[in-house]
Amino acid sequence: MSLLTSSPTSGVGYRCQPFAPENQPLTPESEFPGMRAARRPSMVSDMLRRAFSFLSSLRLTVVLLAMSIALVFFGTLGQVSDGLYEAQTRYFKSWVTTWQPSAGSWFHLPLPGGYLLGTSLLVNLLAAHWKRFKFTWKKSGILLTHVGVILLLVGQLATDMFAVESYLRLTEGETKQYSESHRENEFVVIDVTDPTQDRVFSFPESMVARSGELAHPEIPFRIRIKQYAVNSDLKPRGPRSGGEPQAPSGIATRFTFTPEATTATMDERNVPFALIEVTETGTNGVAQPWVVTPYASDEALRIAIERQFARKLGPELAASLGSTLAQPQEFTAKGRTYQIALRPTRYYTPYALSLLSFKHDKYIGTDKPKDFRSRVRLTDAAAGGPREIDIYMNNPLRYAGLTYFQASFDEVDPRARATVLQVVKNPSWLTPYFGCVIVGAGMLIQFLIHLVGFIARKSGGSAPGATAALA
Amino acid sequence: MKRLPWIVAALAAVWMLSALRSPKDATFAYHEFGRLPVVFNGRLQPIDSLARNTLLQIRNKQAMRDEKEKRTLSATEWAVEVMMNPAVANTRKTFRIDHPDLKGQLKLAMDADERLGEDGKHYSWNQIFESWQVVQEQSEKAPKEASKHSAYDRAVLKLRDSMGLYAMMQAALQPPNTTNFLAELTAYQASIPAGTAALRDRLAGRPFDTNALIAVLDYCQRYMPLSTMRAPLIIPPHHPELARDQWMKVGDALFEPGINPRLLRQLMGQESLSDTEYRDLITQAGTGKLHPAVAGYARMTEAYRSGNVAEFNQLVAARSGELTGTFATEMRKTAREQAYNGFEPFMKTMTIYAIAFLFAAGFWFSFQEWTRQTALWLIVLAFVVHTAAILTRMGLEGRPPVTNLYSSAIFIGWGAVGLGLLLERIWRNAIGLAVAGVIGFTTLIVAHNLALGGDTLEMMQAVLDTNFWLATHVVIVTLGYAATYVAGILAVLYVVLGLFTRVLDSAMAKGLTRMVYGILCFATLASFVGTVLGGVWADQSWGRFWGWDPKENGALIIVLWNALILHVRWGGMVKERGLHLLAIVGNIVTSWSWFGTNMLGIGLHSYGFMSAAFWWLLAFATSQILLLLAGWIVPQAKWTSFRKGPTPAPSKPAGGSGIRAPGAQSA
Repeated sequence: MSLLTSSPTSGVGYRCQPFAPENQPLTPESEFPGMRAARRPSMVSDMLRRAFSFLSSLRLTVVLLAMSIALVFFGTLGQVSDGLYEAQTRYFKSWVTTWQPSAGSWFHLPLPGGYLLGTSLLVNLLAAHWKRFKFTWKKSGILLTHVGVILLLVGQLATDMFAVESYLRLTEGETKQYSESHRENEFVVIDVTDPTQDRVFSFPESMVARSGELAHPEIPFRIRIKQYAVNSDLKPRGPRSGGEPQAPSGIATRFTFTPEATTATMDERNVPFALIEVTETGTNGVAQPWVVTPYASDEALRIAIERQFARKLGPELAASLGSTLAQPQEFTAKGRTYQIALRPTRYYTPYALSLLSFKHDKYIGTDKPKDFRSRVRLTDAAAGGPREIDIYMNNPLRYAGLTYFQASFDEVDPRARATVLQVVKNPSWLTPYFGCVIVGAGMLIQFLIHLVGFIARKSGGSAPGATAALA
Repeated sequence: MKRLPWIVAALAAVWMLSALRSPKDATFAYHEFGRLPVVFNGRLQPIDSLARNTLLQIRNKQAMRDEKEKRTLSATEWAVEVMMNPAVANTRKTFRIDHPDLKGQLKLAMDADERLGEDGKHYSWNQIFESWQVVQEQSEKAPKEASKHSAYDRAVLKLRDSMGLYAMMQAALQPPNTTNFLAELTAYQASIPAGTAALRDRLAGRPFDTNALIAVLDYCQRYMPLSTMRAPLIIPPHHPELARDQWMKVGDALFEPGINPRLLRQLMGQESLSDTEYRDLITQAGTGKLHPAVAGYARMTEAYRSGNVAEFNQLVAARSGELTGTFATEMRKTAREQAYNGFEPFMKTMTIYAIAFLFAAGFWFSFQEWTRQTALWLIVLAFVVHTAAILTRMGLEGRPPVTNLYSSAIFIGWGAVGLGLLLERIWRNAIGLAVAGVIGFTTLIVAHNLALGGDTLEMMQAVLDTNFWLATHVVIVTLGYAATYVAGILAVLYVVLGLFTRVLDSAMAKGLTRMVYGILCFATLASFVGTVLGGVWADQSWGRFWGWDPKENGALIIVLWNALILHVRWGGMVKERGLHLLAIVGNIVTSWSWFGTNMLGIGLHSYGFMSAAFWWLLAFATSQILLLLAGWIVPQAKWTSFRKGPTPAPSKPAGGSGIRAPGAQSA
């Protein structure tokens, strides 16, 4: 600001910018032809003009493209140590980031993040078109291509912001009205007093992680977080295990939970646990400790744990431990019955899906999967009678803004007849389709314009001086 | 001189087509046997393919040279011997072992020694099978992730797999250590009625005939490994009208008449059946009859072992005739595949591409039109055979051209040769031909090495099992690779010819620049559309358009790089030389996407770590960088072609280099 007042006229001193705009002499008159020659442009308009020509320059495009290549390359390498999900967040869903050859290395290569590059490319593209582009048929392909690229960039940004992925695990005969998050958990208090309808109070895991207290005016008790770990392990405890259990009832009677280092690999995930205390409000009642964890509330995880125990401890003990984990943790307060759990975040739907059958074929004489498909029944009271649908590879079910994909099945025990459907809510899922068609058409048009021109020149004898310049 | 191109091309054609004649069997009908169908790797194929792919994995060759007998065994001959006369086969030096530590570990001869009949590279089953335990132990010590394997680990794992394959072939028709399987089968069948009755009595708690039970259980125990192990399914289905693809292993067919193998395993405590399954199995009676094909192959085995050529050939002909009756389409397919195998089209086209390149290069130095014509006709011939071979593969698989890494190499080669021919049609200066020759040759070499992994016509994973996306996304993205390579190799020619020869005059330089520019436009289009179609496929099957998977990222880098070159060019930031130098980088970028991303061992597109390929990739990238630096550091005025030397470039006849290149340079 002080610069602006101290030297209002001289713009010359500030012409050293990283990228000079090409083919554009920097005289203000040529930029603003309507301006009266007698009046010198103010410092502000001069700076704005230069900022604009920087933002719209082709050199900036090239630099951004080069940086994008570097980011994508290092973001790919980063997946080896960080895992796909972590690397995505770190490199592509960020503004600035650094790459390390291996975790804990002293060397950090600074890189612009995906958001920064995406936004910059978008701004650069819009600015360049605003400044330079005059529509001619000869350049229609280029315009179309860039419109498509804008659509793709915006679509990807929208996907990033609005898309929600979850999964739905169903065993044959089972019906669910919700899907579950892959990574996020919620702490829930469920009022199950009314046998026809549950009331669910949900707190995101981040609130549990902050420790302190959880409360809700309609819940007649306070919940204090005594201990929380992002990742944990559990060990069975028997009558001869020493020490007091972490809580006097529920899963803690048969298991001990310990914090673990967090994991980043693709096939492992963090399983948190929390030790909480429940105190009825308005009384000086004793605090009742409980342990909550997805080990108990996540069906797939519970089954995996039970199988692990079956190998180590035998099937009978494993079944008994498994049933303890599956038992809801329940207590009464103010005459009502409540259940508590730390479980994968649920996304409820107004309709229900049931798995009728799951089929899994392999190529004969091999273990190579040939086909797996789920036959489901969709029941939506609002949309009339139930209907039956096959979901299989490359043939998802799209319904009410959600898409259900055949993702996986119980690979350890195919006889469990369990399917895993990926559930995606992505309001902008169509943008890449349009973007792709538009860019493809644009390039094709431009390509053909060139080719036709080239062939015409060739067949009409050489035409020296004819140019193939595009822009 | 005018006829010379035609003569060379005709000779090449005769050489190639001569391989199409099916070989006559001099003694045993190996060729006819090789055509018999078998289901392996999830697909129906001729025994010839099974034999070739197995031998390829064990020995890196599709045939077996026996130095002692000074003759070469065809893959089928080798397989027949392993399956039917292991006593002889086990003495042949089949296994290739190179790693010195592994040879030491197995106490094998390190070096060639003629007196002992050792070549220091190949070893027989008899020499190594006693070390099976050692190999097994060593392979268990190897780290789980393929990317962490040492050369020794890989050698051990390869030997373990090779021994597994060999053992599988040994047990394809009969249990190992069988002297007369035909006689044994008769005795086994005779033991079944009394034996199964005894078992039923025993399970029901009634008194039973101990001897009869022991007799049949002895056989069952002997055949059990054949039923549990991986094996080629060589016995045709009983009811082709109901289930055409239900082929069986010999091991499973052996249990059909008598006791169910799952019940046996349950009784031995090796399997846990549910109560209903168990009840079903004990009440279920066997068919009592052995599949005739089992006895048929046993009879063949006997004839072969006793050296009875006439009987063997007659049995093979009978088997073949019988199968043709019920499985006519399958027999046609195996005959086609066998002919394709024997033709080895890509080995032949590879040679022709190399020769054609030499002729094309010869043209720049001699300016003799006949050298260019020769190169042209050789490339056209090789391209025709290349195309026909791809079409044959597509017919055999019932798939679009690219289904795995191997076929991608072949298709990239094909696309590049096609583009090269197109360039040649426009410019007629042998540049397009040279590019076609170089890329055709190189990609087929790459394909040849990829084929060492085994069956190249393998079945597709469930998620890939869609011809629509294979035909669109995969084909287009692969064409994008091909085009980027063509631009890259054109640029390499520009730098190499400019730096080291006097060939690159200004007309040729301008022609090359226009070619690179045009091809890059096409490459950008193809790689962009292909990549985005991949995103659409991913959206259809996984629910996300873009997942930052390494292969997706690799393709994206190609798109970005091509876009960068085009923008740099349009902005006038580079001139002719800069464009070429940037296009050279395209070679590295494409190779990274094609192979490098697979080597990371992560992601959905990962096909396993290829260590040997890694070093080749690194060497290729280094060579490109060196070339780039040379072209960048040496000022263009100092390039051999641009130096003002005492001898000017020779004048050219009409139709020669560069002259037809139209138009002038763009800004």
